[in-house]
Amino acid sequence: MPDPLLLARLQFGFTISFHILFPAFSIGLASWLVMLELLWLVTGKPAYQSLYRFWLKIFAVSFGLGVVSGLVMSFEFGTNWSRLSAAAGNILGPLLGYEVLTAFFLEATFLGVMLFGANRVGRGVHFFATCMVALGTLISAFWILAASSWMHTPAGYEIRDGVFYPTRWVDVIFNPSFPYRFTHMVIAAYLTTCFVVAGVAARYLLAGRFPRRAALMLKLAVIFASIVVPVQILVGDQHGLNAEEHEPAKIAALEAHWESRPRAPFVVLAIPDEAEERNTFEITIPLLGSLLLKHNVDAPVTGLKEFPRDSRPPVAPVFYAFRIMVGIGLLMLACAWVGAVQLKRGKLLETRWLLRVLPWMIPSGFVALLAGWCTTEIGRQPYVVYGLMRTADAVSAVPAASVATTLALFVAVYGGVFGAGIYYLSRLIRVGPLEVNAPPLSARAARPLGAADEPLEDARR
Amino acid sequence: MSGDWLTLLWLIVIAFAIFMYVLLDGFVLGTGILFSFVPRDEDRDTMMTSVAPIWDGNETWLVLGAGGLYAMFPLAYSIVLPALYLPFIVMLLGLVFRGVAFEFRFKARTSRKIWDRAFQWGSIVAAFAQGIVLGAFVQGFELDGTRYVGGALGWLTPFGVMTGVALVAGYALLGSTWLVMKAPGELEDWARRASRVLLLVVLALIAAISIWVPFLENVIYERWFSLPNFYFLSQVPLATVVTGLLLWRYTGRRKRHMPPFVLAMVLFALGYAGLAISLWPNIVPHAIPYWQAAAARSSQEFLLVGVLITLPAVLFYTGYSYYVFRGKVTRSISY
Repeated sequence: MPDPLLLARLQFGFTISFHILFPAFSIGLASWLVMLELLWLVTGKPAYQSLYRFWLKIFAVSFGLGVVSGLVMSFEFGTNWSRLSAAAGNILGPLLGYEVLTAFFLEATFLGVMLFGANRVGRGVHFFATCMVALGTLISAFWILAASSWMHTPAGYEIRDGVFYPTRWVDVIFNPSFPYRFTHMVIAAYLTTCFVVAGVAARYLLAGRFPRRAALMLKLAVIFASIVVPVQILVGDQHGLNAEEHEPAKIAALEAHWESRPRAPFVVLAIPDEAEERNTFEITIPLLGSLLLKHNVDAPVTGLKEFPRDSRPPVAPVFYAFRIMVGIGLLMLACAWVGAVQLKRGKLLETRWLLRVLPWMIPSGFVALLAGWCTTEIGRQPYVVYGLMRTADAVSAVPAASVATTLALFVAVYGGVFGAGIYYLSRLIRVGPLEVNAPPLSARAARPLGAADEPLEDARR
Repeated sequence: MSGDWLTLLWLIVIAFAIFMYVLLDGFVLGTGILFSFVPRDEDRDTMMTSVAPIWDGNETWLVLGAGGLYAMFPLAYSIVLPALYLPFIVMLLGLVFRGVAFEFRFKARTSRKIWDRAFQWGSIVAAFAQGIVLGAFVQGFELDGTRYVGGALGWLTPFGVMTGVALVAGYALLGSTWLVMKAPGELEDWARRASRVLLLVVLALIAAISIWVPFLENVIYERWFSLPNFYFLSQVPLATVVTGLLLWRYTGRRKRHMPPFVLAMVLFALGYAGLAISLWPNIVPHAIPYWQAAAARSSQEFLLVGVLITLPAVLFYTGYSYYVFRGKVTRSISY
């Protein structure tokens, strides 16, 4: 039987990775809906209203799946990480508690108006509800990221008898890595949604469906991405500087730097060998390492050998996950800028090859998001609260057999249940936006998935 | 020796959230448990329609209960959840299944039967697992200091299985009386008959549990049967008997739709009160009083602000949405 710690991490990693896809998509979609409704209110063009209704259905399904998968998370802190809960509950509990209250409040109030109130309340009130839902998703993210960041860069606490006590909540919440992590995550959510929108629009354009509305979506997405992708790269860079200051071992691992030295090269690709403490194969660019990490060629970069072996994160997963994230980021930048240039030249819709590439970019944001989370969370190992509490000391004393059994159950149930959910989302996209004079959303039920009423299977079957 | 008012307030808030969950998701799970027993397919549509507008809001009370326990009584959270690891995870999987099946059944054509099964079995599994959790909680945990050492299957006891069955039956009763209130015509008649059968089962199980619990721990026995406690506390079982009798009568009165559901909720409230009396003031039964498991004062104050703002609004909107969807379900949904 494998190590219970590894199983507990696998289980938590699996369920939270599954979960995060939906809230991240919802965060982006909620703000995208604000933009669409605003454009509709300002211009009065029915195309925007039709798009609003279309993306509202996608949002409703994504939000619903996020709620269902999120329920599991509120228990797993106790089932899997009870010793962390006992030690850091004073701090993490209220932060997560605020997230619960925010989500609860949202679901009870503005979400119903947003999903089903279009024909019952005035346009202004409805727009307000949309804005509040979007704000609510951001506030939710705020609290979750505050909790997560605190575990990377704890602040505003004191330790008595092995238990963390808050001393200043402002310091707890606005801990050193929080502003970077929060900004990076929210932009990531926005870009994830943006590339879904762009990919869907490109698919419609290639198929000659909904040409006017698809063109609108594509233009908005290209403009947004061409500005925001570079911003994200800058924010990521700042986040990296912050991590180099507070969590140097993580940076050393994600760059596969073993030796501390100035004028460090940038390792493009490598096969890190932890036992030998070197890279068995590597492609490097001289000087670029110091330049990227310190913004100064002569500044020394910390290597993994500075840390005792038992305090280093696993190198290869962090190194590769980081490269996947950055690689996707660069691909996004290329797509966005080519799109922007072609848009400026008035040839965006004729650039067929770009339209053929964009649908392949639909999953890109999700993959980058997960890769980014793997980078930062595996990079924090072997600590759960960086430098203060090891993950091995946080895990519940639950037998490996129990964790292995439930892990298998989670994989089976999530595969079936959320597989159906994702299938339904792709089906909604295949059906596409309806004309505005089509019957309005069914108002039979004030619940998320009720807002989407396309059948689950094709009619011809 | 005791905690201050803030900790007590938090205990009440969390106990309230859990009770709200038990009541509100109880009748939704109950309709799920009864799902295959109703005669016609259109009855199933009616059942689903009757709970559709409210079910996911109901489930959120559970998140609040669990999140609140984590935030305000981290020590209790860190003992109880690993001790009941398997029943909790199985419950969550049941709820995930139930939740998603719920939504997809409405949209499914060819796969509808599969989602029907998923809905019913998700509900039964979740309810039974919750009953197991309840039973194991009441029995208490094998502890070494503040660490659970009772093994992976410590919760698997005859008492736990009985509370598991009792909760399935209890939720089914909530569900059937809910249908008495919400369903039209033949389904209502069916629900009235089902309520009577379920009521007998539930009362028998309540009686069995009530007799069993005082013998679990001496403290519980003393609490109920020492004088003068006995004079006051014996009102709880008496009230339970009266409620049961009234419930029996009202299920037979065709013109009264609401009382059975209200009385079933009262039955749950009495059971909850009975357990609270038995376990007070421990949050980890027979071991740790609630103030010893409490979070730091500043954590309690910090989160209280959020609760005071959001909880009244949530309660208001919950009440409002029940008001909007009040009365009988008039038509089933068809595509």
